Amino acid sequence: MSTRVMPFRGSLTSREQVSVYEFSWAAIIFIPLVAVLIQIFISVKVRFLPIVDLPFMVTIFFATARRNPITGCLTGCVIGLMQDLFAGPSHYLGMYGIALTIIGYLASSLGVKIDVDNPGSRFLITFGFFGLHQGVYYGVAHYLLRQGLQWSWSHMAISALANATIGIFVYKFLDRFKQK
Amino acid sequence: MDTFLGRYRNLLVLAAILFAQIIGLALQVRRPTDSGETRLIRLWAVSAVTPIESAVIHTQEWVKNLWTTYIYLHGVRRENRELRAEIAQMKIEETRLAEDARMARRIQSLLAFKEQYIDSTIAAQVIGTSGSEQSRVLYIDKGSNDGITTDMAVITPGGIVGKIAQVFPDSSQVLPINDQFSGVGAALKDSRLQGILKGSPSGATTLQYIMSDEKVVPGEEVVTSGGDRIFPKGLPVGKVVSSEPGKDLFLNIRVVPSAQLDQLEEVLVVTKITEKMPDAKDLGPLRASDILAERLPSVPTKTEVDAAGNAKPEGAAASGTAPTGTGAGTAAHPATAGPGSKPGVGATTIPNKPAGAAATPHTISPGAAAETNGTAKPKATSPANGRAAGTAATAQPGEAGVQSNGAASTPAPKRVKPAPEAAPSAPPEQPSTSPAGAPPQP
Repeated sequence: MSTRVMPFRGSLTSREQVSVYEFSWAAIIFIPLVAVLIQIFISVKVRFLPIVDLPFMVTIFFATARRNPITGCLTGCVIGLMQDLFAGPSHYLGMYGIALTIIGYLASSLGVKIDVDNPGSRFLITFGFFGLHQGVYYGVAHYLLRQGLQWSWSHMAISALANATIGIFVYKFLDRFKQK
Repeated sequence: MDTFLGRYRNLLVLAAILFAQIIGLALQVRRPTDSGETRLIRLWAVSAVTPIESAVIHTQEWVKNLWTTYIYLHGVRRENRELRAEIAQMKIEETRLAEDARMARRIQSLLAFKEQYIDSTIAAQVIGTSGSEQSRVLYIDKGSNDGITTDMAVITPGGIVGKIAQVFPDSSQVLPINDQFSGVGAALKDSRLQGILKGSPSGATTLQYIMSDEKVVPGEEVVTSGGDRIFPKGLPVGKVVSSEPGKDLFLNIRVVPSAQLDQLEEVLVVTKITEKMPDAKDLGPLRASDILAERLPSVPTKTEVDAAGNAKPEGAAASGTAPTGTGAGTAAHPATAGPGSKPGVGATTIPNKPAGAAATPHTISPGAAAETNGTAKPKATSPANGRAAGTAATAQPGEAGVQSNGAASTPAPKRVKPAPEAAPSAPPEQPSTSPAGAPPQP
């Protein structure tokens, strides 16, 4: 069993210790890759899929499971850059990279402090971080690159809700790859 | 120092990664696509992934085709019957449309309009999307190896899809019309108001830059205007769903695209567009129904009186002829219009058989000035035309450029430029002229 335990540094839950999971190299490489590919190619057939952000969910999953801010932000960076590669011509490499780097860092930092293994907290984390993810992306596009993006609170809320709901099942599925 | 680095190690790593990415962004912005490195890494990524996806999609299509073509044949006969019935209906419709098209071509030839034709297309399959909401780009399985270049139009039979944004060896990236960075020159089909069709982050398309004092009715069709030099003019774009006053004196017109942008599987890439003049020679003879169809409500118009006291319409060009104000037995043909004639309206003097006068052959003669009996009689009651007086030779309003011995001709619209080969080719002594070589109609 490769699960480690680490002490809480700000006890926000009743537990005193949280588990730090590890993954095989194959899972670390292929899960993000498959998530990005599904996002890109399956959405040809399933057109609501762009609302659902699988790479974002995978970033949160790895960050909260491994609970290491450095690996969290590196994972987010890599997954975000992969997502950037397939985006449109007006999309610069690094836009998703920056957003997911921050998300990876914050999710893993949060994972150290609270229990992120139950569905309720996963729902809330995904919901909240999705809004942050969209906000960072918008900020980069609007303020750094001067792109005229439109911001819609309602659309963002619906997307966040959808991601948080679907995320519960995605995380449940991905839990199988945790090494114990 | 060690304590500082150790304490803030995580934050420092985060800052370093973000800094590196921001620097990377800045480099890209300064050198967008021709810098090589960015372009190359995208090229590598897309080139590495698209063959896999192509294989998956084509395998899926193959299995689907196997099922639908060989196994799932239930209901094919019934469907065949329905299709035949539909074809019969469409043939009837096609006949009507062909008549309209002929008329349009005649009018275009009269006005020396150049038409854009789609010369060649390449069929391509949609194999991927950007996978994000911020970008709605599509990937197709044809690239530079197939002759695709950037800025080519991508269409479906239903309507336009977008344009080629980036080209890779075996795949291309399509910027659809509902992407927020897309812009298409579009016009409302009926009112001909022109604007720019733009996408949005939500995928909704709006027609912009149409003044708010214009009236736009929901349901009106939107077509390409050809102004963007990418899409040929007249391709279906979509339909107006709503129109309401927006910011800055412009209407906010929401348009639903004709093409099913969220269900695209196959598209056509327009690889060649040619411009050519429509040829009026091949249109065939006019029929009585055409003449009747072109008639408009008659409004009496003023005629000029020349020095000799002959009434003369403004748009008349054939010298030696003068309108006499009565049905003098000539039959000015609908398709003959002189310089200054209004598009779409030819000389529509009804060709009732005037006894005693030369029956004028019906000809399609773009640019021809007039069709007359060659007489320059100032009076309608000349002996030669006397028997025909009172026949229904009535020129319609706006049908200028015709001199006939029939009713008073009408002034020419001032907006229209005369055809270059117009009046001089119609000598007065010729009963009918046909510079375009159109065959006379009995």
